[in-house]
Amino acid sequence: MKPPAFDYSRPESLDEALDLLAGFGPDAKVLAGGQSLLPLLSMRLAAPSRLVDVNRLAELAYVRSGPDAVRVGALARHAAVLHDAGARDRQPLLAEALAAVAHPTIRNRGTSVGSLVHADPAAELPAVLCLLGGSVTLASTAGRRTVPAGEFFLGPLESAVRPGELAVEASFPALGARSGTAFLEVSRRHGDYAVCGVAVLVELDSDLRIATARAGYLSVAPTPLVLDLTGAAGGRAYDADYAGPESAVAALVRDAVDPEPDIHASAAYRRQLAGVLTARALGIAARRAAGAAAEVAA
Amino acid sequence: MSEAIQPGAVQSEARHRVALTVNGIEHRVAVPARRLLSDCLRHDLGLTGTHVGCEHGVCGACTVLVGGVPMRSCLLLAVSMDGEQITTVEGLAGTGDTAGELSPVQQAFAECHGLQCGFCTPGFLTTITAGLADNPDPTPEQARELIGGNLCRCTGYQNIVAAVLRAAELTRERGAS
Repeated sequence: MKPPAFDYSRPESLDEALDLLAGFGPDAKVLAGGQSLLPLLSMRLAAPSRLVDVNRLAELAYVRSGPDAVRVGALARHAAVLHDAGARDRQPLLAEALAAVAHPTIRNRGTSVGSLVHADPAAELPAVLCLLGGSVTLASTAGRRTVPAGEFFLGPLESAVRPGELAVEASFPALGARSGTAFLEVSRRHGDYAVCGVAVLVELDSDLRIATARAGYLSVAPTPLVLDLTGAAGGRAYDADYAGPESAVAALVRDAVDPEPDIHASAAYRRQLAGVLTARALGIAARRAAGAAAEVAA
Repeated sequence: MSEAIQPGAVQSEARHRVALTVNGIEHRVAVPARRLLSDCLRHDLGLTGTHVGCEHGVCGACTVLVGGVPMRSCLLLAVSMDGEQITTVEGLAGTGDTAGELSPVQQAFAECHGLQCGFCTPGFLTTITAGLADNPDPTPEQARELIGGNLCRCTGYQNIVAAVLRAAELTRERGAS
């Protein structure tokens, strides 16, 4: 359980980091929080020949919240994003999902952008980014490009980051008017990977009926899955009873997901969980949206 | 410290000079890049109070404080910690005038029989020390949440939860006296 040998560079600036990554190309792996990379190294599931440690790039340790989005820099730790009042205000789904990411000790070191780049299908933030329609900005010596969430996650543990690129920022769209979100997951042990998790985003119309509803899933597909629930929930009052395994929403979800079985749960159990958790989360998100609408009206 | 190295020229076991302040004492060590902080503390510095359980970030036994913040030392590279202030379980008891005096968390573990076999204890002590600094008066529910990332294979969590609450009491008593 010791990492294999590797070379190590610790740039002091973003420009230096990009020069190093350009020079080393596919041989180099970026080390940020390392809370996923270090276990992979110790279990010898990864053996990069060089690590480029970006922990000195303090310029990337930011959380910036505006009316449009919460922008998270590459070196912002999960804990910093979770406890950022501005981020919680602009997009409460972020804090709700981050509270389910591993344990506080891991969140003290792990970075939110790193979790996106790691692209674990059981991770919370990729599902949140996809549900909200966010994006990731990648920098290299050739310039910058911004990749929409829908094109960022290519497969299990595979993101759109190319050799020579550093993911410098993730952008999570802010919560709109008359909108609400909720996050629920079930895991075998506190802080462990979720057997199934769902994030829901609901927008109400002026009569407080559901205008649009979408759900993003973790642990049910190789990449984050986003489903449109509007067909089953659209037009219904915010405080209608969405919960329960027999609801139209749960049925829609059960038909739409195609999870894999593993030692933690059968495919049928995951499918059932996806339906039940979605119906529950939808009810919570719709009530929160109505609360937000009432606050604006007051 | 990160000398220019040409691609392909493998110098993987090259040693890097690292300055670490551990429990207030500055140490200078030369370690290969792959040296985990947990191994650096135990093998290079001889501070064997930090225990290594799973070595991939699951059990929490190796938890130390980096700048006062609890982190898994098996998920940190020693080379990456250059210049950091680290507190291990050896640094929790009193120093100077109070040398040898147990910290409130240590005393609470002794009083509540929270140690049991003792293997996981260093990680619990560091985690709880930082947790009580953030939240000095946890509810029983918050006490459980606080230690949720630390495994005890004796599974005697009741005594550990009791120790968290007792440590909060002791901290208040010592502050008042």
